[in-house]
Amino acid sequence: MQQGPEERTILQDVPWPDEPPVMAPGQTFGSVTDTIADAVLKRPIGLGWVLGLFIAMSMVGVLMMAVTYLFLVGVGIWGINIPIGWGFAIINFVWWIGIGHAGTLISAILLLLKQTWRNSINRFAEAMTLFAVACAGMFPLLHLGRPWLAYWMFPYPSSMGVWPQFRSPLVWDVFAVSTYATISAVFWYVGLVPDLATMREKAKHPLTRKMYGILGMGWRGSARHWKNYEALYILLAGIATPLVLSVHTVVSFDFAVAIMPGWHTTIFPPYFVAGAIYSGFAMVLVLAIPIRKYYHLEGMITMRHLQNSAKIMLATGLIVAYGYAFEAFIAFYSGSTYERFMMQNRWFGQYAVFYWMLILFNILIPQVLWFPKVRANIKALFCISLVILVGMWLERFVIIVTSLSRDFLPSSWGHYTATRWDYAILAGTIGFFSMAMFIFIRIMPSISIFEMRTLLPEAEVKAK
Amino acid sequence: MSHAQLAPPIYGLLAEFDTATDLVNATRSAYAAGYRKMDAYSPFPIEEASEAVGFHKSRVPLIVLVGGILGGASGYGLQYWINCISYPLNIGGKPYQSWPAFIVPTFELTILFAGLCGVFGMFALNGLPMPHHPLFNVDRFSRVTRDKFFLCVEAADPKFDLADTELFMRSLQPASISEVPH
Repeated sequence: MQQGPEERTILQDVPWPDEPPVMAPGQTFGSVTDTIADAVLKRPIGLGWVLGLFIAMSMVGVLMMAVTYLFLVGVGIWGINIPIGWGFAIINFVWWIGIGHAGTLISAILLLLKQTWRNSINRFAEAMTLFAVACAGMFPLLHLGRPWLAYWMFPYPSSMGVWPQFRSPLVWDVFAVSTYATISAVFWYVGLVPDLATMREKAKHPLTRKMYGILGMGWRGSARHWKNYEALYILLAGIATPLVLSVHTVVSFDFAVAIMPGWHTTIFPPYFVAGAIYSGFAMVLVLAIPIRKYYHLEGMITMRHLQNSAKIMLATGLIVAYGYAFEAFIAFYSGSTYERFMMQNRWFGQYAVFYWMLILFNILIPQVLWFPKVRANIKALFCISLVILVGMWLERFVIIVTSLSRDFLPSSWGHYTATRWDYAILAGTIGFFSMAMFIFIRIMPSISIFEMRTLLPEAEVKAK
Repeated sequence: MSHAQLAPPIYGLLAEFDTATDLVNATRSAYAAGYRKMDAYSPFPIEEASEAVGFHKSRVPLIVLVGGILGGASGYGLQYWINCISYPLNIGGKPYQSWPAFIVPTFELTILFAGLCGVFGMFALNGLPMPHHPLFNVDRFSRVTRDKFFLCVEAADPKFDLADTELFMRSLQPASISEVPH
């Protein structure tokens, strides 16, 4: 972004000879603006969109029902019980928050690394982050048992004179996740402001104009404003980068700080972060593939983006595989009976089928991404992404349920089966996420217009 | 003399350009000609344009730094005060001031304050939100959010003179020149 003229030629990523371009040729400032804005302002509401939103909202209806019943009766309607107190709620929490991580990776880390190809996928990836964090945030609240007392987690001067206990990773989680949600939201909004001004000028209906006008804050593209804006944008990227790494690290502390066999391990933070980015990119592909097709954005979200995402999935998938391998190695190398038993139990115990499915989905199947032909096949990418999403969900299931069901004392062993309410809430959050994405792509430009303009050769100021 | 009489009848003169390069060159010429109260407008950030209008240093990084320091200090201070002074709890015999455990919330609050101070600071420095601005009175200006580039020399500039400035702006060969009414 902030590059001088000489720097730009050197650092803008140069594709390999056969690699597809970041943007289809023949685009101008006007055509980029129109293509993205018209997908919102001019395109009529299609039947497919209405149907999709209807299905998503029906699932949200299921969520409302399940949550109402949960509030009336309590967490007993779920499959959790001692010793397995963390069932679907925590599995889903970790899964959703992991999915969110790719959005910040794309918008912040790839910005700092000057990977300009990110400019066409960062907007909806950031939206994905926000909605995924919203889904994630529901679970700890619902899991509280008395969700109406959720504010007790925050430090505030209460009449009871009690305060949070800051040596607990669960309190760290409150800070990490709420900061992450806040910073992701402002990062997304700041990125939207210049585009909202574009929408304000392009919108025809006075009410639409007013709405975009208020949200766009009267942005007028002043050079002084842009200078402050760019300074902030790069700094937000700079602080969001350690933030996103810290969030899943803190989530992994929820496990690693406990002494449970299979949890108490130092490899958790990096391997959780890699897994988060892995599942997040899978979700990016699951969203990008239909969006580019139905909104005719193939000229902006090109094969280059899909292939680069596939490569990132392959790389992070290998880090995750390394994590699995080292978990197993350390379990035996540690000499701890409990660790060794935990690993054998994962391989051959009552939940072994989930462990082997996880290995298949997360490690074996994604290896086909090594082949350029597979990376160029959109349908294959879509299916592999879905497989990875399921695989990453299974990973959290295996970590939580196998360890809790077989801890140190055989007298406290147990068994976990999810109930229909567990599934209802999981499906409900998927519905909520889809509903939010459906609404988002209809009311906001789903690709950053002003950042796309900077990718055009005309954006470069030529020396006199 | 009352203030109303002093106020110039127009906000300034607005020249329109087709390319970023033209805008930057024109802005540099205007700066060289001695104009200071002026601004360049573009549909995307142009580093050279802010340099050309003489705006070299943004204060946003300083605000972010101050916000971060404040956030970190208040984050650690809050935990210290809570866990050591107001409500000391013995957790597994660990010291009350368990600084390694306090690092995580301290870090998160550093980021939170830095980010929020930066965002509010940026909008405050830019004087936004500002839903109405004289420039919006010029119809052509709406294309600044699409594909056109503008240079506005404000009437408040001491060197501004309607006839002279217009003559000067013509020499920059803009696509069009408009008067910006208040």
